This record gives sequence, structure tokens and C-alpha cells, in this order.
Amino acid sequence: MKKLIAYVAVILVICLGLGATSHQLAASQGAGGDKVLNLANWGDYIDPSLVKQFEKESGYHVNLETFDSNEAMFTKIKQGGTHYDLTVPSEYMVEKMTKAHLLVPLDKSKLHGLNNYGHYFMNKSFDPGNKYSLPYFWGTLGIIYNDKFVKPGSVAHWNDLWNKKYKGSIMLIDSARDIMGMGLVSLDKSMNTTDTATLEAAKAKLDAMSGNVKAVVADEIKMYMENNEAPLAVDWSGEASEMLAENSHLHYVVPSEGSNLWFDNFVIPRTAKHYKAIYAFLNFMTRPKNAAKNAEYVGYATPNDAARKLLPKSVKNDKQFYPDKTTMDHLEVYKDLNPRIVGVYNDLFLEFKMYRR
Amino acid sequence: MRKFKWGHLYLVLVFIMLYLPIFYLVGYSFSDGERMSHFTGFTFRHYGELFNDPRMIQIVLDTLLLALLSALIATIVGSFGAMAINRTVKPVVRNTVLSLNNILMVSPDVIIGASFLIFFTALNVPLGFLSVLLSHIAFEIPIVVLMVLPRLKELPGTMLDAAQDLGATNFQVLRDVILPFITPGIFSGFFMAFTYSLDDFAVTFFVTGNGFQTLAVEIYARARQGISLEINALSGVMFLFALLLVVGYYFIQQGQSARKQKKGGR
Amino acid sequence: MRKNSNVAFYVPYVLWLALFVIAPMLLIFYQSFFDINGHFTLGNYVTYFQSGTYLAMTFNSVWYAFLITAVTLLISYPAAYILHYMKHKQLWLLLIILPTWINLLLKAYAFIGIFGRDGGLNNFLGLFGIVPQQLLFTDAAFIFVAAYIEIPFMILPIFNGIEELDEGLINASRDLGASPWQTFTKVTWPLTISGVKSGVQAVFIPSLSLFMLTRLIGGNRVITLGTAIEEHFLTTMNWGMGSTIGVVLIVAMVIIMFLTGERNKLKKGGKHHA
Repeated sequence: MKKLIAYVAVILVICLGLGATSHQLAASQGAGGDKVLNLANWGDYIDPSLVKQFEKESGYHVNLETFDSNEAMFTKIKQGGTHYDLTVPSEYMVEKMTKAHLLVPLDKSKLHGLNNYGHYFMNKSFDPGNKYSLPYFWGTLGIIYNDKFVKPGSVAHWNDLWNKKYKGSIMLIDSARDIMGMGLVSLDKSMNTTDTATLEAAKAKLDAMSGNVKAVVADEIKMYMENNEAPLAVDWSGEASEMLAENSHLHYVVPSEGSNLWFDNFVIPRTAKHYKAIYAFLNFMTRPKNAAKNAEYVGYATPNDAARKLLPKSVKNDKQFYPDKTTMDHLEVYKDLNPRIVGVYNDLFLEFKMYRR
Repeated sequence: MRKFKWGHLYLVLVFIMLYLPIFYLVGYSFSDGERMSHFTGFTFRHYGELFNDPRMIQIVLDTLLLALLSALIATIVGSFGAMAINRTVKPVVRNTVLSLNNILMVSPDVIIGASFLIFFTALNVPLGFLSVLLSHIAFEIPIVVLMVLPRLKELPGTMLDAAQDLGATNFQVLRDVILPFITPGIFSGFFMAFTYSLDDFAVTFFVTGNGFQTLAVEIYARARQGISLEINALSGVMFLFALLLVVGYYFIQQGQSARKQKKGGR
Repeated sequence: MRKNSNVAFYVPYVLWLALFVIAPMLLIFYQSFFDINGHFTLGNYVTYFQSGTYLAMTFNSVWYAFLITAVTLLISYPAAYILHYMKHKQLWLLLIILPTWINLLLKAYAFIGIFGRDGGLNNFLGLFGIVPQQLLFTDAAFIFVAAYIEIPFMILPIFNGIEELDEGLINASRDLGASPWQTFTKVTWPLTISGVKSGVQAVFIPSLSLFMLTRLIGGNRVITLGTAIEEHFLTTMNWGMGSTIGVVLIVAMVIIMFLTGERNKLKKGGKHHA
């Protein structure tokens, strides 16, 4: 008993020490007080030195919280209890949040440099007139191949993945919308199809390639491709750029017949309080120099055309991540579909995953 | 004893298996690259990054504070809970309580996280350290019960009867008989609870807020961007620290009990 | 007489049961009767029991949880037994727990590196002239990594069980001429069964709802109920269906508890004061 009580005491003392140190650290970083900005972002999705620069320049302290899924972030904001001033949902989630009345419209009069953004990236169907959102990064869905195993140029279109010679060679990203979308585009259909019969047809088409599928994985697909585990993968451009940076044998193609165009966007959730800080931050991030610096750190494609001009030649002219006009014109943005249809997409994809081999 | 040589070999293999991925991780923390794929030259760079990242250090401190405190409280509540379960006589009641006990273990984290979130917002509990602490205590209690209960079951009834016959009060029985006997179970429970707390990300994500963040949540959130080797460096530091703590603690304790048990022990 | 006196000690536990177990469980149960548009329905249960997909997933969950538990037990029991006879056994035990404090996702990534085609293990096998094998995305790799994660949770209770074993009984059995195997099956195993039981529970129950490793290491070749719940809560946001699967999991666990629970409690009842 005495021994147990001694242990309890020791643990409590350690806790006290940890708490005090953590508190001091928080204070030294300038937390507390009212000059703050609560930013909810994906992990490691902003250059920390830019955050520091913003804090120094504006005097606001940035509280950074991270999330790893649009839907989980949505749930939290919907339930309340959070105090986010800014968050970074993907495009279909912007639409969903708008419909759920979770967003505050942007006050354009307080935003500077909106014409830095390219026309391809503004006024999209998910947020007409950019009433609620400002694009942060954008990208595509495409094919990654490893030139150790696949001859450059031999895989350029979705249908190439159905080739029998790629048996057990393809890694797919674990996302119903994207993989079903790939099936739909290969049938020359829209990625926003809501007709059940067409979706069934796309699933049947996918089943025909299931022998080629090595695995259906998520973020870890980067680790696999960097390690030369598979010759081919279907994944987003953002992930692709990370892999390419690590393994020079990897290349990325966006099929010119059509693919997905995605965006991550700044939005103001209705829980926001610190409007001055929000607009100061948005304007800070819109400045071409800062946006370019951030794009170099994150490695994704920036919608800020003025910033793109500042990037190194090898980056800004890279067809893999800034595709040419023909391809751009065939890209399709996901619509936020009726939940029932989302269910159909997911059930079909689940069946595809379950009964593969 | 020749037989034990094989036994030692077996243990060595188990330890190699347990530590292989850890050494792999820590090894890469010295790689001059950005990711855990190809080892490219030796560097301490990632350790430098780590120690210049006050946000990350704060997250680590908060994570440890949370894990220790929640495990402590869960161990106390769970141990008494196990005693209560052990005392019920009817098998139906017992099995029912045990089933209830295990519900949080069988439910996937997202379900627990989402229902706790609804629960906390309904009760107006502010999201932050407190809500996370309560949730961690909640999902750690069942494992404590599972670790303490078998020990209680083995408690010889004769010992309790003897104590009572000698006129011990309930508190004395608890202090002098029950607690010493179940101490190993309590320790296991505490360690397992601590582990559960360190590992959890889904529940924590749902119920946290106001800038409180744990290491697991941060690591999962970084997966989309690729986990940088700074995290490997952090694991290396934490691992070394834990190792020193464990070994140091053991030898201090060893010294104490050697003094105490001079006449008894083997 | 002792029954009521220490009630205060149990209040926190009962409170916990009420607030954090029963309340959320009722919430899950309630949610399982709503479809995605928020209308009351029994449809989720109908879907579950009529769809071959969900039944197959249920089978997968139970089967793989069983395999993981069996492999974990097979590795852990001898380890715990040998540990018992070691010098500084408490230290070794702590060292077995230590790896669990490193983040699970990181360890999984390390295994991807180790088991990869270009990975450490294949390079090692290459030294003996064995051509690179496809190790990842196999059942064996998945079960191995899952067992790896669970081993400390199994060793700890078994070790505690063996610790309280009366050494005299084993010596007696030996002296009476029993073979080591007989001693094990007739004396050691029956007397350590309660530790084994709590280890099996600590491993089997969470394994039923495993989801991350099935994807990371298994490449989604095997889909379990945990994966489906994850998807319903985080992708389709169909919480009704997700809750339904959750209810099924809970019911499955309760059935297992009652099947393995002590019905013979009354037999050894006299030992505790009723």
C-alpha cells in the first residue's frame, strides 16, 4: 500500500512538472491572449517559417490544429465546441459545408490580390463566384509509373491499366469516388455520374482489371512507390509530387481524356471569431512571394498564377503537375452528390475491393 | 540446465522481432533524406529540426502528461471496479458487467470518438484537455479491469477469512491483504492503459479542441504529406528516454527491495 | 456485512459504466435505426443480414481475430514461461512493453520497409541466394504484424499467471514421475489458464474491429467490419449503417463473453465470501 501511494505521488509530481513546462512553452510561443488565429489544417501542409513570419509581421499568434480527414473535420465543426477561424477542406467538402450552413461568406472588400489567382481555379461549380472559398492548392488524379518496370510513354491513358501484362502490378488509392471515377472516365462517362446502371457498368469494368490490382491503400502508397514495391499506381498529384521528389524513377501522367481536378481551399467556418486575423492571414498567403515559398515547401501546385511565375523553371513548366490546356479542359471537379448516391459509389467500391483476385 | 539455452535463444528471437522495426525507425532518423525509403548519408539534421520545434516539444509534453494522468486515474477506478466485479456472485450479473466493461474495447475508435463528441457537446463540456482526459480514462478502464481481475480471482479466500478472524477492518484487509496481492495486476493495468493512451488518435481527434493536440493525432495528420524524419528523430529520443527510465527505475527498485528482503527473498 | 461498507470505492466505476459505456451504447443503438436522410428505419439491419458482403466481412473479422489471437498466444506463452525463469525478469518484462510506446503507424511504416521487395528481409534472404519474395499484402504478413502489435498485451497477463504458480506443484509433479509434457498439460497449463484467458480477451476483442493494418499491410485484401465502420463514419457519413455494424460487433462480443465466461463460478464459489 505504501509502495502504491509512493508511486501515485511520483506520477503526480511528474505530471505537475510536465504540465508546468508545457504551459511555459505555450506562453513563450505567444499563445493565450486575444491576438490569435485558430487554423485547422492538414498535417505539415504549410511552411512553418511562413507562419513565423506572419506572426512576427502581424502580431497574431497562430494556433495550429491538424486533421487527417475532411469528414472528421466536418463532423467536429458541425457539432460545435471548436473555435476554428480558418480551415482547409477539399472542394466537395466546401460544397457540403455550404449546404449545411457551416460557412461564413468572404468579405471581398477586405481581400487584396484576388487577381493573382488563375482563371482555371476560380469560380468553379463547387463555389460559384468564390463566395465562401479561396483556393489554397490544387491538383489532379493520375497514374504514377516506375521507369524501372514500365517503358515511358506506354501508360498514358486509363485504359492502358487494363492491359493483361500488368497483372498484380497496380496500386490503387483507397477512395471510392476516385477509383469509380477512373472506371467511369474509361467508359467515357462523367465522374459525377448519378445513374445507377452506369455506375454498375463502371464497377463491372473495374472488376475486369481486378487481377492487375496489387493493393488498395491510402497515404502509405507513397512509401510503397518510393520503395519500388509496385510498377504502377493511381493516386493524386499531391501525393505523386512527394514520391517523385524521393525516387527519380517515378513519373506522373494525367490521362488527357479526362480526370479529376481537386482543390484544397481556405474557408471561414461559422465558429470563427477573429476576423481581423483571418483577413490579415489570407492576404498574407495570397502575396505571390509567400504563396511561391509555400508551394515550394509543400510541393503541390499553386492556383496563384503570380506565385507560379516566381517558381523555378523546372517546377513551373512541369507538365506533370501543371498540365497543358487540352488536358486541363478535360478535367472535372467533383460535385457533392446526394448521400444516397455516395452510398452507391461506396458499396460498389467495397464490393470491388472484397471480391478481387 | 541445458534446456534453458534453447529458451534463451527463443527469447532473443522474440526480442529481435519486437525491436527490429524500432531500430529501423531510429536508424532512418540519421538519414540525410526526407523520408524512410532510401538511406542517404549520415546526419544529425533531423534532431536539430526537432529541438528547434517548440510546437512539437509541447505536443510531446502534453501527450505524456495526458497518458500518465489518464492511466493513473483509470488504474484506480478500474482496480476498484475489478474488485466490485469479483465480488458479484451471480454469473449472469458478472458476465453482464464484464460484457459492458468490454464494449469500449470492441467498438472501433471512430464510433467511440463520434459518440463521445456528441456526448460532450450535449453536456457543454468544452473540448480540450479535459474532454480528452475523460475520454482516455474511459477507454483505458476496461483493460485495467481485464488485467486486475484474474489476479483477484486467485486471491485465496482463506487469506481473507484469516484476516477477518484476526479482527481486521475492511480497510485493513484491503490495505494489507488485497492490494499487495494484486499489485502485479495493477502495474500491468497501468502500463497497458498508458500504452492505449499513447496509441490513440481517432478518439482524441474527435474530442480535442482549443489547440490541445497529441502526438498520435499529429503523426496521422502528417501521413497525407508524408511523415518527415523529424518524427523518426522524435521516436529515437523518446525511445532512448523510456529505455533509460525503465532500466534506471528497475535498478533503483532492485536496490530498495534487496535492502528490505535481506532475510526473506531467495 | 462487507457488502455495503465500501460502496464509495465502486461509485467511480459504476459512474463510468453509466456515462461512458451505457450512454454511448444507447446512442449507437438509437442511431442504428436511422437511414442516411434521418428517417426511422429497420433497413440497416435488413441490409446487414441480407447482404452477402456484410456477412462475409463478419466471417472475416472473426476468423482473422481468431488467427491473430492464436498466433499471438503461440508466440507469447513460451516467451512468458521462459521469462519467468530469467534473472531480472521484471526488467525484461518492462523491455517487452517498451516497443508499444512507439507510435503504431510508424512501426507499420517500418514493417513496410522491412518486408518490401527491396526491403531488409529480402536483402537478407538474398545473401542466401533466395530471390526476392512478395511478402507484403499476404495474409502471413498481415497476421504477423497484427500479432507483433498484440504480443505485449498477451505476455503480460500470462506472465502474471505463471508468477503466481506454486513452484512446489511442478516439482511435486516431476518427482512423481510425470514427463515434462504431462507436467505442462496437467499442472502448469490448468493453473495459468486464467492469465491466458485475460490475455486472449485483451487480444481477441480489439482484433475484431481491426482496420488500419488490414489496409496498410494487407492492402485491403481482407475487409473486416472495422474497415466498413470506418468507411461509414468517415467517408459515406452514413452513421446509421456504421452504428448498425457497431451493434452487431457488440452483440458478437457479448455472446463470446457469455460462452467463455464462468458458468462454473458456483463450484468454486465457497472460496470467496458470498
